Amino acid sequence: MTRVRTVLLPPALAIVFAALLCAIALVISGDSPFTALAAMITQVGQGTTAIDIVNNSAIYYISALAVAIGFQMKLFNIGIEGQFRLAACVAAIVGGTLVLPPVVHTIVILLVAAAVGAAWAGIAALLKAYRGVSEVISTIMLNFLATGLIAFLIRDEVFGDQQGNNISTTPIPPSGQFPGIPFGSSGTLFGMVFVAALLGLGYWFLLNRTRFGFELKASGESPTAATAGGVNARRMIIIALLLSGAVAGLVGLPELLGRDLAYTLTSPQGYGFTGIAVALLGRNHPLGIALGALLWAFLDKSALALDAVGVPREIVLIMQGSVVLSVVVAYEIVRRYELAAEQRRVAAELRAAAEKVAA
Amino acid sequence: MPAAEFAVELAGITKRFPGVVANKDIDLKVRRGEVHALCGENGAGKSTLMKILYGMQQPDEGTISVDGSVVRFRSPSDAIKAGIGMVHQHFMLADNLTVAENILLGAEGMHGIAGGARARIAELAETVGLDVDPGVLVERLGVADRQRVEIIKVLYRGARTVILDEPTAVLVPQEVDELFETLRGMRAEGFTFLFISHKLDEVRAIADAITVIRRGMSVGTADPATVTSRQLAEMMVGSELPSPETRESTVTDRQVLVVEGLELAGEGGGRALLAGVDLVVRAGEVLGIAGVEGNGQTELVETIMGMRRASAGTITLDGTDLTKRTTLERREAGIGYVPEDRTRHGLLATQSLWTNRILGYQSRSPVSKGGLLGLIDRAATRRDTQRIVDEFDVRTPGIEVAAAALSGGNQQKLVVGRELSGEPVLLIASHPTRGVDVGAQAGIWEELRKARARGLAVLLVSADLDELIGLSDTIKVMLRGRLVADADPSTVTPEELGAAMTGADAAPAPAGAGE
Repeated sequence: MTRVRTVLLPPALAIVFAALLCAIALVISGDSPFTALAAMITQVGQGTTAIDIVNNSAIYYISALAVAIGFQMKLFNIGIEGQFRLAACVAAIVGGTLVLPPVVHTIVILLVAAAVGAAWAGIAALLKAYRGVSEVISTIMLNFLATGLIAFLIRDEVFGDQQGNNISTTPIPPSGQFPGIPFGSSGTLFGMVFVAALLGLGYWFLLNRTRFGFELKASGESPTAATAGGVNARRMIIIALLLSGAVAGLVGLPELLGRDLAYTLTSPQGYGFTGIAVALLGRNHPLGIALGALLWAFLDKSALALDAVGVPREIVLIMQGSVVLSVVVAYEIVRRYELAAEQRRVAAELRAAAEKVAA
Repeated sequence: MPAAEFAVELAGITKRFPGVVANKDIDLKVRRGEVHALCGENGAGKSTLMKILYGMQQPDEGTISVDGSVVRFRSPSDAIKAGIGMVHQHFMLADNLTVAENILLGAEGMHGIAGGARARIAELAETVGLDVDPGVLVERLGVADRQRVEIIKVLYRGARTVILDEPTAVLVPQEVDELFETLRGMRAEGFTFLFISHKLDEVRAIADAITVIRRGMSVGTADPATVTSRQLAEMMVGSELPSPETRESTVTDRQVLVVEGLELAGEGGGRALLAGVDLVVRAGEVLGIAGVEGNGQTELVETIMGMRRASAGTITLDGTDLTKRTTLERREAGIGYVPEDRTRHGLLATQSLWTNRILGYQSRSPVSKGGLLGLIDRAATRRDTQRIVDEFDVRTPGIEVAAAALSGGNQQKLVVGRELSGEPVLLIASHPTRGVDVGAQAGIWEELRKARARGLAVLLVSADLDELIGLSDTIKVMLRGRLVADADPSTVTPEELGAAMTGADAAPAPAGAGE
């Protein structure tokens, strides 16, 4: 009972609150909240929307997992953005260059992406562990550096190809692609969706069943107690950021290996920052993040549907912003309340036990 | 000036925290122009009471009166307005600002920041005997002068009543005498002082009145002119307190922990925190370390645990050189560690009891299944946590509750139980009964005795001299990072130990220093 209350009630309340806020915003701007809601719900059944939502949420999910690994020990890896873009770019270059048999080719691309993401995050990790540089600052800086590095890598005379007014890397041959599941006119489900699910499972296992997961959580909860308990703080910082970067490296791959096949000037951006919001929404829990990613992707898609019925699409941004804020606030309130309630309950149970003994 | 007799009067103050009552129906009456000492053991509730008087916390029940009228302090700034100031044990000064800037910071509105302020600071410096240029950086001042700056800070803000929280803990004996001279002078000028201390000789030397609190309750007042340190100690400790006496000696000649020439450099090239520490703990022996807090005991323990890197010296456990090993390797070699601050170093507050069982044991049976992944054996961990709960009488409804939900004593029993698991050869116990209730204290002492009888070597650091004398087979006194004296617990008295701790070795206790 208490478990249901602490885990499910806060997000439910937060979503209701955010929806109310949006409804008010809609009414003020002279639109009907019901029209908007109807448009948002009916869009799911139309065209490729359902598949698109799942595909996008897989991307958000991987990104949020990368953020969550850092969050577990209170490390704020803002650099997912740079890590994933650089990793996708290098993976596209390597994938387009190598000639390898199917499966092996795909796996090599995945590994390259993870390694590049880890290496890029590793710079921040080393700076933090050995020089005490805040990972927030260094990863933000590394995001800018990644943008510059990518621009260099895909230049015509380096690894890129000028095609019209776009620049692209050499496309990855079919042997390196990650096959999806076609649903006819409803679209194609990225094969990487299953990789994302496996990553979630691995994350859960690592966190709850292994020594590394315990050390990660202990370092986040109390660095002093972790140190006294024999956890090597410096090692944990390095491993956590490397792992976060490796997962971040995979963020760009669902689209790269399932649709785009090459890294271009117009390759997507912003997933790294979406991941932060989704990780907050999902409270770093693998299932919570999955639900958060689905919600986020659903809201993203709703922007188009709302445009179609003449409702301003910016309402989606209001919803996304307010839902994250309310979830964070709601969990904090519930956490404090639950701790106080547990302390009262323990005290009451012990008092009752003591009276029974005395009687 | 109002004619009320008492500068400060606390009546029926009660403050509850989850699981503990920190203050229970405490009365405290401080006359104007007196030095009023508040005595009690660590964890007796002195600090909570002073935080309430200084507006940092609000009492659940009871009233505060200043100069005869009832007041409510919602924050320290309310208390300052009412003329109450506090000098904290740990100084709150900005090293990179000058003395004058530190004093003015946040009080620019009192006398401006120019001539008026300078004149007032000079006047107050005279009052407290601060003989340095106000333009000098605080980082250049010694501890005693920093303390004076702290006192000037509160006086500058208009305080007539000053709370001094353990002001002598950081001072050497001569500085203590100087401080007392200053306090006497200021008392003559009409300032009132609340002097918090558990050093009884000092209290008797400076105080005009003494209030003793124990386990959150005021147990009475005493007249420093007539009371003896022994009587005060009894009031503080209470007669119902179980005795920590150990019975027959179980000391063997097997050397378990051998520390040789241990050095720890000070941060930023300051004074060495540990210098030439040599000690041996044998199987079945409790070696007690006595010392005024801040003389290197914490650093000694943390260096032996590998949480700090020694700059020189060796640490050997059962013949194995641990000097270069990590904290986890030292734990695996058989060191159990009861840290001095369980909430900071011993427990993960929001995690369940059984998750806390993992801490420090994450690489060993029964917690770990081993293997490349380092799988945690959750079932075995839960079972072993239940064993600790049963054997060590941890009062809890179950092992799934968060550690923070338990009272301090039960948290400590869990920590002690955990650290005695896995058959350690050495237990390092820092203040093992600090801030725990009488029942838990007796239980923890009993467990330490049993472990000692099984042949465990124990390194005990405690500020509770009775505990130290009662449990130890050998006592060493630590002063400014060195082991300066040995004492035989079967003959030494707390008073003698106290004198050795302050470095006033052969000299008589400073009881009559004021005359």
